[in-house]
Amino acid sequence: MEWQKVASQLFPSGHQIRQDSDLLLGEGRCGKHTVAVIGTTNHTEVGVELALAMATAVLDVIRNHPARPIVFLVDTSGQRLRHRDEMLGLNGYMAHLAKCVEMARRRGHAIISLVYEQALSGGFLANGMMADVCAALPEAEIRVMGLPAMARVTRISEERLTELSKSSPVFAPGAKNYLKMGGLDALWEGDLSACLTDALEQVDASDHRRKRGLERGGRLLAEPVVNRVLTDS
Amino acid sequence: MSGSYYESSARARITGMLDAGSFHEWLTAAERVTSPHLAILEQPAAFDDGVIIGQGSISGKQIFIAAQEGGFMGGAVGEVHGAKIVGVLERAVRDHPAAVLLLLETGGVRLQEANAGLIAVSEVMRSILSARAAGVPVIVAIGGQYGCFGGMGIASRCATAIIMSEEGRLGLSGPEVIETVRGVEEYDSRDRALVWRTVGGKHRYLLGECDIIVPDSMDDFQHAITACINKGDDWSLAALEREHQLLSKRVKHFGECKDGRDIWRELGWSDPDAIAMMGNDEFIAAAQGRRAKQTAGGS
Repeated sequence: MEWQKVASQLFPSGHQIRQDSDLLLGEGRCGKHTVAVIGTTNHTEVGVELALAMATAVLDVIRNHPARPIVFLVDTSGQRLRHRDEMLGLNGYMAHLAKCVEMARRRGHAIISLVYEQALSGGFLANGMMADVCAALPEAEIRVMGLPAMARVTRISEERLTELSKSSPVFAPGAKNYLKMGGLDALWEGDLSACLTDALEQVDASDHRRKRGLERGGRLLAEPVVNRVLTDS
Repeated sequence: MSGSYYESSARARITGMLDAGSFHEWLTAAERVTSPHLAILEQPAAFDDGVIIGQGSISGKQIFIAAQEGGFMGGAVGEVHGAKIVGVLERAVRDHPAAVLLLLETGGVRLQEANAGLIAVSEVMRSILSARAAGVPVIVAIGGQYGCFGGMGIASRCATAIIMSEEGRLGLSGPEVIETVRGVEEYDSRDRALVWRTVGGKHRYLLGECDIIVPDSMDDFQHAITACINKGDDWSLAALEREHQLLSKRVKHFGECKDGRDIWRELGWSDPDAIAMMGNDEFIAAAQGRRAKQTAGGS
């Protein structure tokens, strides 16, 4: 879905979100809440400039709008795969963005993210996956790597991976699999504004993903393993 | 002369750096906590799922530790592997050891369990930051042959400090991945000197992406870890703002550079090619004033 359409459905009473190249910045009204909006579009790759621009936006919200919720609109085909960005330390820029989001959380900002088109690995870790509530539209694509590339790296045939991906949420792409594993809190359908309002009312700032993964039967070991480490003498 | 960090297994690194006899392992191999996702792909599992965790002391200070074993699936993070690291960090939030040490050697997410691995890496990132917010420094060491890449390259930079050897490698997308996707003209992963100038320890030190650079010995890593524990942590908005300035300046000053050498020249190295031949002490001395680092209060 185009971001303009998503934004108008999320914020029926109005928003001021502007697009600057692949970056989306602004604010929207949702019920009694005014939220800061930070996002990307055009399935963009996140390189050092974009990661830094998003971090700048998060720090601006912390500085100028204490406790204002932050909504990330996620559409990325992953981290930028360039020698130049690696040389400049793209991992450090991504981590910086993640730290800014964490700092915002700890200063009382609710963090919501909505994958409205695509989310891929590195581009998703630094913002969307840092949220208190991480949601996706049902048709959104979420994955670590496409099956052809995965087949190349793992040396397992694409046919075999395709076959397995029908039964296993563990490595098959797709929003439903992330939901089952606890990586997503919810799929948002219908009245997006109501979904956002509900999310803002029910923010849980602790990392509850492995509990969700266990409840939903998609990730059965993460929670018990952590608990065993906590109790092992 | 102590043993090479690079050449050692995860277990040898732990015993080589912690106080003698102090290490106590959690979820030992005997407990058989293995990945359930590998058998379906006819791949062998490891009884520790490629990461060793526990507690011990270093220079007398009580620490928690997780050490990734590059020899098992390149240290890649799956569901169990990631949960073991998260458990260590959450236990640190509860018990407040002097520090958590993460000896990282990993290509990132384990593709055989990709979704679980990606979520696990994200949980590691959040739990590193939870430990820091609880006042427990998280110290990362990178010096193994697989380097530290993928999501764990991001996670490592969420930590309090990173210690690298020149042989260490730190980045997000590994050279092979970029070459596979963009072609050899973009990044020749077999050009070892190019890879070293892009993600190697000396370059990361000069950029300010790692805090301490050490020779490849366990004694040197151990001393640097102790120094980091003593220095403590600064998880604050002010520290983040300083990092923001550093990263903004980096893009501004080096954004047009094509090669690590161009960056080093900008930093004041008139003969960047000499850097490769320098021993660690000589390099650190020469890097005084020729390294991008944080302003007042930063390290």
